[in-house]
Amino acid sequence: MASCSKKPIHMETEIKIYSKNGLKYLFILLMGSILLSCNGGKLEHQNYFSSSADKYANIKIFGEEQAVLTSPPLVPPPVGNRPAKKLYMEMEIIEKEAEMADGVSYLYWTFGGTVPGSFVRTRVGDLVEFKIKNHPDNKLPHNIDLHAVTGQGGGAEASFVAPGQEKTFSFKVINPGLYVYHCATAPVGMHIANGMYGLILVEPEGGLPPVDKEFYVMQGDFYTDGKFGQPGLQPFNMQKAIDENPDYVVFNGSVNGLNGENALAANTGESIRIFFGNGGPNLASSFHVIGEIFDKVYVEGGSQINANVQTTLVPAGGAAILEFVADVPSNLVLVDHSIFRAFNKGALGVLAVSGEENPQVFAGEIMEGIYLPEGSVIQNMPKSELEIEAPTDLSKADRIEAGKKLYMQACFACHQSNGEGVPNAFPPLAQSDYLNADVNRSIDALLYGLSGEIEVNGKKYNSIMPAQQLSNEEVANVLTYVYNSWNNNGNLVSPEMVKNRRK
Amino acid sequence: MKAVILILALILPLSIHGQHQEMVPVTGGVYTPLYGTSKEQVQVADFFLDAFPVSHAAYLDFVKKNPEWRKSEVKRIFADERYLDFWDADFSFPESLAQSPVNHVSWFAAQAYCECQGKRLPTVDEWEFAAMASENQKDARRDSLFNLAILHSYEKPKTYLMKVGTQSSNVWGIYDLHGMVWEWTLDFNAIILTGESRNYGNTDRGLFCASGALGANDLMNYAAFMRYAMRSSLKARSNLATLGFRCARDMHAEQGQIAIEK
Repeated sequence: MASCSKKPIHMETEIKIYSKNGLKYLFILLMGSILLSCNGGKLEHQNYFSSSADKYANIKIFGEEQAVLTSPPLVPPPVGNRPAKKLYMEMEIIEKEAEMADGVSYLYWTFGGTVPGSFVRTRVGDLVEFKIKNHPDNKLPHNIDLHAVTGQGGGAEASFVAPGQEKTFSFKVINPGLYVYHCATAPVGMHIANGMYGLILVEPEGGLPPVDKEFYVMQGDFYTDGKFGQPGLQPFNMQKAIDENPDYVVFNGSVNGLNGENALAANTGESIRIFFGNGGPNLASSFHVIGEIFDKVYVEGGSQINANVQTTLVPAGGAAILEFVADVPSNLVLVDHSIFRAFNKGALGVLAVSGEENPQVFAGEIMEGIYLPEGSVIQNMPKSELEIEAPTDLSKADRIEAGKKLYMQACFACHQSNGEGVPNAFPPLAQSDYLNADVNRSIDALLYGLSGEIEVNGKKYNSIMPAQQLSNEEVANVLTYVYNSWNNNGNLVSPEMVKNRRK
Repeated sequence: MKAVILILALILPLSIHGQHQEMVPVTGGVYTPLYGTSKEQVQVADFFLDAFPVSHAAYLDFVKKNPEWRKSEVKRIFADERYLDFWDADFSFPESLAQSPVNHVSWFAAQAYCECQGKRLPTVDEWEFAAMASENQKDARRDSLFNLAILHSYEKPKTYLMKVGTQSSNVWGIYDLHGMVWEWTLDFNAIILTGESRNYGNTDRGLFCASGALGANDLMNYAAFMRYAMRSSLKARSNLATLGFRCARDMHAEQGQIAIEK
């Protein structure tokens, strides 16, 4: 029995060997035909990689110059059709405390004193001599890894520099595109999380097509011991960084990076190009501009151009070039459309477009009516009865101060930082007759929301303001701030007044 | 006669400098380095370590006795242009710095200082071994609060202006290993196998991107990573505001010297 059962197995093996040999011959034949067509293959190979090292590494250099580096949101002048040159550039690494949000500061590590770091603009074929200086007061060694650099570590090892030292290294930029640079010293994640990133642009021959305005915007996530908005100097929190759970997601280094006096500005009809990068360290960005459509997107900062894009995904350590024409006057709002980051973590910026209305593009509101679904429109969550507020006795000045911070977190997205609101959508709080007429009505608006038609300064508004989940103390502070700003009547709102309005 | 001079030479510096620098015995043991030359355990022999970092005042004594280490005399190959940067002359520095840790000293200078006292710089392993102790534990590396405090101190600027001995000591009785200045070690470049800071190979790469996978000990490794990165960025003639030193001595040699003195 045993010998019988073995035989067929042996047979099978032999058959397999034959078929394997057959395959071998086929393989040799195929190899032969590939070898025969080898010359053609090489050509194809060259064409396929045409826009890479082979072509650009041999670009001749004509002359030299000191490169201009700029702080965000500015970018250096375009390269135009200048030839490739030898460029000298210097960047200083500075560890410094700066504002993360109103009342919140953070110890940033920076390239050039800003987050993101200075913008570097080159042309393909440029030979760059890059000097990196680590300020003597800094505590840590740093370096730079430029994604535009072909070579060991993107320059990381060649640029590794101790505090109080400087290093110079050199590279040729051979791939056009928009690239991220960052610090790559251990622990890499921490160096990036503290703000060590920026963008380097490599323009193609002849430069990018000219536009009217160019801006430099970069997103980053930050991890602090205190929660969003908790005042004081907030240290870096390593555990939250490892858990990828940021307290702040911001543009240009802070909550106010592109707001208030830092808002970008343009005029109607201007063509606008945004060099947008994402430093991370962890989150990918769903970058979107509320009220615009990107006419063109250089996808991932490379050579492929997509058209008519609403939201573009930019990975951590990646970038994109966005172009559009500001057609109508409005406040365009830049957001990470992973939207809680925009309204709760700071990923919100403003590009103010001023100029003539263009009713052909945007006619505004053309009709209004009343829509009454069943049930109540405004819903709120009842506050817990058990919640007890510690009695506090703040001065008017303190209330204004505290209220301002709250306003910049909770109110300014609609009512704007200068209280002027948004025409036809959100009523103004500045010099507002509606506001000044009745303080209890204002308190109610915060506690219970406000809907239906109202008239403010002679203009009608019909939209919905949701109830705010704020404590009596917070309502008192933010209203006192509003009443004492922008030529309003200077009312002092106390927590008791708010308490009395709660039903 | 020669023997007498030799013995005197050994004893004198000890009796002079010993006054302002008390040494603390550290009982050696086996430990796993956080990151470095090997993943294996390392044996650390018993040794003595200065209880405090060397202060500006103590360093002033040293340069008074050793002209070649004065700011105006020092050879550039032993210390770069920033040597004793805060000093305004050979024997003069801002009064407020007297009890702060001396900084802007090169490895050569630090080692010479220690040698003049019959000591040497601690090795990386000795330093790390002593520095893993908290106020009440010899190895507190798994204590997340201890690690957090170290990480936070690395972010705090200008800690080199603090006075030595104002923080609390660790369980060995050693002060200021953390939270004040980085400190020179005898073999500060040891994790670079070739002993060359500009080397492109091997372990150096672990300090940049794509460094090895970090596991459960992230926090403790991150603090160590920063120290090792710092060390490997240095050259022996570097002088940094954030870098000072303290001295060490073998327990062995100590016993030998006691024998001679007797």
